[in-house]
Amino acid sequence: MPEIPEHLLKRSAERRKQLGLPTGEEGGEATEAAAPEAGAEAEAAAPAETPAAAASTSDAGGDAVTEDKGGVPAHLLERSRRRKAALTGDAGAPAAAAAGGTATATAVKAAPAPTMTGPGGHTQRLLTVVKSGSIQQTRAEAQDKVHTWPHLLVVEFAAILAMTAIVLIFSAIVRAPLLGLADVNQTPNPSKAPWYFLGLQELLTMFHPMVAGVTIPGMGLFLLIVAPYVDKNPSNKPEDRKFVISIFTIFLMFWSVLVIIGSFFRGPGFNFVFPWNDGIFFEL
Amino acid sequence: MANGNGSNGNGGIGVKLRERSKKLGDSVGNSQVMTSIFRPGSIFRKGYTDSPRNRSYVIMNNVLYHLHPVKVKRHAVKVSYTLCLGGLSFFLFILLTVTGIFLMFFYRPTEALAWSNVQQLETAVWFGSLVRNMHRWAAHLMVLTVFLHMSRVFYHGAYKAPREFNWVIGVILLTLTLLLSFTGYLLPWDQLALWAVTVGTNMMGYTPVFGGQIRYALLGSKEISGDTLLRWYTLHVLLLPFVIVIFMAVHFWRVRKDGGLSGPL
Repeated sequence: MPEIPEHLLKRSAERRKQLGLPTGEEGGEATEAAAPEAGAEAEAAAPAETPAAAASTSDAGGDAVTEDKGGVPAHLLERSRRRKAALTGDAGAPAAAAAGGTATATAVKAAPAPTMTGPGGHTQRLLTVVKSGSIQQTRAEAQDKVHTWPHLLVVEFAAILAMTAIVLIFSAIVRAPLLGLADVNQTPNPSKAPWYFLGLQELLTMFHPMVAGVTIPGMGLFLLIVAPYVDKNPSNKPEDRKFVISIFTIFLMFWSVLVIIGSFFRGPGFNFVFPWNDGIFFEL
Repeated sequence: MANGNGSNGNGGIGVKLRERSKKLGDSVGNSQVMTSIFRPGSIFRKGYTDSPRNRSYVIMNNVLYHLHPVKVKRHAVKVSYTLCLGGLSFFLFILLTVTGIFLMFFYRPTEALAWSNVQQLETAVWFGSLVRNMHRWAAHLMVLTVFLHMSRVFYHGAYKAPREFNWVIGVILLTLTLLLSFTGYLLPWDQLALWAVTVGTNMMGYTPVFGGQIRYALLGSKEISGDTLLRWYTLHVLLLPFVIVIFMAVHFWRVRKDGGLSGPL
């Protein structure tokens, strides 16, 4: 259990002093939830001996203070007084205050009733004080959200239909290539890798195979993987990320240009050709 | 069922027509055949009303839709934000799996039979040519969509915290996609396949130190042969799909765990 903060203890002590109650450790203890049974016993025992007097004085004291503060409306006080009177016995509170002897009898008869109020006449008890920091705080602010069904699923469904249609129609029109049976002894000219590796094949014309085939693609992959750990800029706004965006665009352009050159501008012997002069040497 | 809004409400005839069609709709809708199909417990549910509660149930009570959260950010639903590229990549993967299973019924990965099997598929199997075409074009398209998806994510800065690791998984998925496409490239066992793969694997052979071993492990022999075909077939239809599905599962799971799609720009 968290300790009661200093300022609350202080405030409680001041309040007790105002009420004319004993301040100090025992008072502080009584408010703690750690000793509820002891408190309850004391409450039960104390009013039983001098019930009417205690009830009436506490009533008067409590009312006086709250009225001084001006915090509680008069009609509520009146109601609470009536309720307390009803609890202490059938006799009314004013009558009990006036005639001590009869009040004692009635109060003793209704022995369990006074346990409803504490030694200070309080009808509630402080169980614990929760520090503000120990409460789980909601960090996320409300977001503008929509239901997945229908808003997202409809879009997905339309996209899937469109994609199916594109693939189906394209496949019905364009045949996938199937050249002659593989022959290890007959090298076609040019021999090209699949299109997504043609950038690498293009690099082969410029660098040593180890650099073109392993080092450069390896570096590219490595850079992609470490990108989020190197780019520490938390913003995702394009205007804040000009440098990173230009680097990545250069990266994309680099590969796209290489792939396009390798695909369309390379003819027999992987020599440079213009597709509009010499035709296209490219199979998907 | 009921074409209640079929008429245009033009004067007395319109009203009469509307009444008629409503009556017809009711009698069809309340017939025993219809009610037996569209009742609770049958394959169709009856009486879907559009309420927030039912909208949530649509997602929660379906194993496939359950990939999604019940609610998503409004800006993330806009097609112009994602262009559906990630989802379409996944859909193409499913399409490739379905068409690929079809192709497996007619294909034997041996030096002697592979090419003729593909040719028979083209000429002698119902829809064989169409399905093979779909498999091939969808494969190329998937490489493209995965690549474009990566670019989209980069330009949106969506790889930043807390999504760094999901970006790394994405790069692995890109690599796996390329490998899947490349291993499939050899399977028709024609001149195009053989020599494209020769060029590709020769490059990998230049890896420093282990180059020779890597090439040998990939080819299953010194040069491309029937062993290579079997090896790449197994990679293509079993190992790589198995691995990519695991990574995709982590990828999708992390999208949700990292708070859905990245915020608006």
